[in-house]
Amino acid sequence: MTKKKIKNLNLNFGPQHPAAHGVLRLILELDGEVVEKADPHIGLLHRGTEKLIENKTYMQAVPYFDRLDYVAPMNQEHAFALAIEKILNIEVPIRAQFIRVMFCEIGRILSHILNVTTQALDVGALTPSLWGFEERETLMTFYERASGSRLHANYFRAGGVHQDLPRGLEADIGSFCENFPKIINDLENLLTDNRIFKQRNVDIGIVTKEDALDYSFSGVMMRGSGIAWDLRKSQPYDCYQQLDFKVPVGKNGDCYDRYLCRIEEMKESVLIIKQCLEKMEKGPIKTFDGKISPPSKKEIKQSMEALIHHFKLFTEGYRVPKDEIYTAVEAPKGEFGVYLISDGSSKPYKCKIRAPGFSHLQSMDYLIKGHMLADVPAVLGSLDIVFGEVDR
Amino acid sequence: MINLKDLEKKINSELTTKINSSYIKHNQLYFEIDKDDLLDVVLFIKTNNKTKFRQLIDLTVVDYPEKTKRFKVVYLFLSHEFNQRLILSYFISENEIISSLTSIFPSANWMEREVFDMYGVNFKNHPDLRRILTDYGFEGHPLRKDFPLTGHTEVRYSEDKKKVINEPVKLEQNYRNFDYESPWEGTKYIKEQTDTNDKKKN
Repeated sequence: MTKKKIKNLNLNFGPQHPAAHGVLRLILELDGEVVEKADPHIGLLHRGTEKLIENKTYMQAVPYFDRLDYVAPMNQEHAFALAIEKILNIEVPIRAQFIRVMFCEIGRILSHILNVTTQALDVGALTPSLWGFEERETLMTFYERASGSRLHANYFRAGGVHQDLPRGLEADIGSFCENFPKIINDLENLLTDNRIFKQRNVDIGIVTKEDALDYSFSGVMMRGSGIAWDLRKSQPYDCYQQLDFKVPVGKNGDCYDRYLCRIEEMKESVLIIKQCLEKMEKGPIKTFDGKISPPSKKEIKQSMEALIHHFKLFTEGYRVPKDEIYTAVEAPKGEFGVYLISDGSSKPYKCKIRAPGFSHLQSMDYLIKGHMLADVPAVLGSLDIVFGEVDR
Repeated sequence: MINLKDLEKKINSELTTKINSSYIKHNQLYFEIDKDDLLDVVLFIKTNNKTKFRQLIDLTVVDYPEKTKRFKVVYLFLSHEFNQRLILSYFISENEIISSLTSIFPSANWMEREVFDMYGVNFKNHPDLRRILTDYGFEGHPLRKDFPLTGHTEVRYSEDKKKVINEPVKLEQNYRNFDYESPWEGTKYIKEQTDTNDKKKN
């Protein structure tokens, strides 16, 4: 028999693959079923967010942040609001801080439910996603009741939030917090000790501590590898300092540990929301500075100055003095940062968005080399990629 | 958490010749360096026991088209050990080539590709310098200030050619950029009008 030359197979994974979590074109070089090389092609959802923000006033730029990581919109807005607040040096009323932190934690649960259940879906379990999405729906109604929309909230402002919570919302979030831990337990019953789930996730996509640092990992990707680092603890923003919560850390840095971290984080988030509800007192929800936050409708009817402020704010917008700052928040997916350069006008001169998913996806080649083709969706799932933020 | 001032002093004393200026703002360290010293400085702050900036958070460029040294290259670092952030920057002109950080931080790979894509800045010794976010076959560098917001081409499916084609942008209405400067500070278009009127009179 003559020797045949064997060529490696190039396989296009996506851009329309349901397990690619969006529009990812992954070019895989396969030797049999073993992945030799992975080359992710991104940018299919690129919308030029940073360019658009440069051409909009600070207030008009907020909705663009919802559209980055669209499963946890308010966490992104938070980073932008904090950046402006630091430059303008404004104090945020305590109630507003609690509202923001509470909604950020709701965002974290939203994101983690989506990730955990779809990761399970990718490795063959259908039920968790059905159960999880029901809870997501409840959480999104909370978003809707506070901001008016389920996803693209546009709720955070520099100096507070847009509106106070409607009547009854706090009680409803409270009762959700009572019921939700049971749902997490149900999910865990389905997955944590599940033989198939473990076979597909344990020892897959291992990240060492060194590499987690070198590849600019953050969030769960880093904590799964055993590095205890959480911006909510290490560089607390808003009222995180007053809250008591734990940061779950993994051991082995594989897909399974990252799943466990996410489950534990959801439990902690519920505790944080509970504390916020307890500590929240009636009070103002945005700064009183008329040059930054718009006056109430009632004031506009009576006060000339309020009318002028309103007009100026919604035409020119507020001006931000010349400065340069980087602020980061612990978004569900990792460190989400905004590098903002203002030039004294009412529009940002430059607004670089640091998306955690970008550096996570970058390491795809390193993570998947030597694994089987069937492990690609499992690793991709545990990276927690959302293309809104990767492509910007 | 180590004191920021001590850290600043420490880095300044170790790298005296290489640091042009440094300051502390918003609880972050800002350093300005020369383009050629980049690798030395980064290697130092990454490996030194007193600094340990082990993570490259982000890399970006800011475009100032009116300056001769047009691009400001910015590197953001994070030290977990000391819980500090450091921002490194230097200016380059349009055609200068800068060294790639990929040998020190593998994560710089895509960040540099993004900068190359968005601003057209070239990197020396980069393993794989391709466009990353824009479309295959895209021309121009979108984040430069002289690139129009609406872009140059638009994409549509052509029924005749049975494929997706690029065409020059046609807009029903141009992007409107309103001038909201306070009237008593003098709006640009009124100023220009009065200036031309004055010239005519003269």
